[in-house]
Amino acid sequence: MLIRHFWDKFWEKTLAALALVAVLTLGGIFLLLLTNSWKAFSHISLSEFFSAAAWNPAAYETPTFGIGAMLWSTLLVTLGAMAIGVPLGLGTAAFMSELAPARLRNLLKPAVEMLAAVPSVVIGFLGIVLVGPFLARVFHLPNGLNALNGAILLAVMSLPTLVSIAEDAIHAVPKAYKEASYALGATRWETLLRVTLPSCRSGLIAAIMLGMGRAIGETMTVLMATGNATAMPNGFFDPVRTLTATVAIEMGETPQGTTHFYALFACALTLFVITLLINVAAERLAASYRKKGQ
Amino acid sequence: MNRHFIQTLGHASMVACAAAVVAFLGLILFELVGQGSTVLSWEFLSAFPRKGMTEGGIFPAVFGTTLVTLVSTLFAAPLGIACAIYLQEYAADNFFTRLVRASIRNLAGVPSIVYGLFGLALFVQGMGLGASVLTSGLTLALLTLPSVITTTEEALRNVPRLTREGALALGATKWETIYTVVLPSAVPGILTGVILALSRAAGETAPILFTGVAFYTRYLPGSPFDEFMALPYHLYILSTQHHAIAEVRPLAYGTALVLLLLVLLLNMMAFVVRARYRRSA
Repeated sequence: MLIRHFWDKFWEKTLAALALVAVLTLGGIFLLLLTNSWKAFSHISLSEFFSAAAWNPAAYETPTFGIGAMLWSTLLVTLGAMAIGVPLGLGTAAFMSELAPARLRNLLKPAVEMLAAVPSVVIGFLGIVLVGPFLARVFHLPNGLNALNGAILLAVMSLPTLVSIAEDAIHAVPKAYKEASYALGATRWETLLRVTLPSCRSGLIAAIMLGMGRAIGETMTVLMATGNATAMPNGFFDPVRTLTATVAIEMGETPQGTTHFYALFACALTLFVITLLINVAAERLAASYRKKGQ
Repeated sequence: MNRHFIQTLGHASMVACAAAVVAFLGLILFELVGQGSTVLSWEFLSAFPRKGMTEGGIFPAVFGTTLVTLVSTLFAAPLGIACAIYLQEYAADNFFTRLVRASIRNLAGVPSIVYGLFGLALFVQGMGLGASVLTSGLTLALLTLPSVITTTEEALRNVPRLTREGALALGATKWETIYTVVLPSAVPGILTGVILALSRAAGETAPILFTGVAFYTRYLPGSPFDEFMALPYHLYILSTQHHAIAEVRPLAYGTALVLLLLVLLLNMMAFVVRARYRRSA
């Protein structure tokens, strides 16, 4: 009898210890990024790093480490992706949960999951061979590798996140709300627009934010399809280079222990903090709609 | 305009959105199958690249991706299942549990390139494992951990309470109940999650960039401490870094198609396992 209870306790403690790995990993990521970035900031001032536009770490005379242009590039591509992806994603989510017959919904769901499964490097490849030439032809550009290309691809990549979370949110709206609206003589469209969607607003915003987090952190797609120019972009037709792409391109060729090496860790830390903040905020919003739905 | 006409317009726009999403998927499949299937052959899958990758096959990349994906699952599956069992079966609603749950949620949102840097700083530099199959496998394991935990938790949650109470009533301890009753009936759900994690790990590029993937290796990796070639990285090289990009474009299409088929096959397997499980439950 005793030995059985010993094993029972043993496994409870062991599993708790293993669960700690999740906490240690998140903490470890933050700490390692921080300690490595720290070394960069003994050579670069914080204000230069965040506000200077010029990123020229390999310059012989005076290397500069400003991520202004990259932050702006990341913002440009992400906002572009959201401008395309949000209407499409919310429209699809609303269609799936409010309009589509069950059989069609059962076909759409796996299609969205399949889209989520396509590796980012494959999407990036299609940006080069499909979207790029298309943009070049339509807008008469020398090549189509620019911010708009990245925005289109990231929109497609964030669609699965947007659709599935928005659909959950719309689905959680109590049926009584809609029925009350129909009873007052509203059409289905009016009900959707004025009752259903507004009452799950926080869930929809959470969906948008998580889609945005996905877009900001995406690496291979933007690395391949946006042209990789470190200059400050003037608009969607300019080539850009995001924070993620810079780390991916330069880390492999940078000697370890240099200021440049640590500056790339500082880029990753910036990225980590931005996505963490977005996720925490989205989670709070999502929690608030879940409570309301119950 | 009358209200019903507006409703028709509104509904039509919703249909158009859903159609666009399906069209994106269709376009991806159409382009890759159309262009990639011409180079697909047994030789393409089973031969080494030749003449600076302008000829030959992608065997080492297929092998490397399979190997590193399996290594990552070797770590992610036991660890993820253990975390999930703890959270679902043991954890009380206290600070520790909330901390673990918050960490898992936030890990899921960490960009893959950040995992790559973490792998570099911890496994390559900190632990001295070098850029290798093992290092990449560990990095990918951490990346897929949150999804393994989430899907396993859901599988455990779906085991009926009466099943558990039956075992407990017969005098089984909590662990005996979990081990002999709960886990066996959650296997299909857990398996679904593990297969999806495999598929995610197989397609990732950014986490392996600095942790062990190589442009070209003459031999297959012979130990966990060797470098390896991988399908996603091979596609990246062929489409952006190769000296004769136009010449190797068909090979790039072929690689993209093989990678896509591998990932979709794994997803299909997960789908079938889940569907069977639902029917029998």
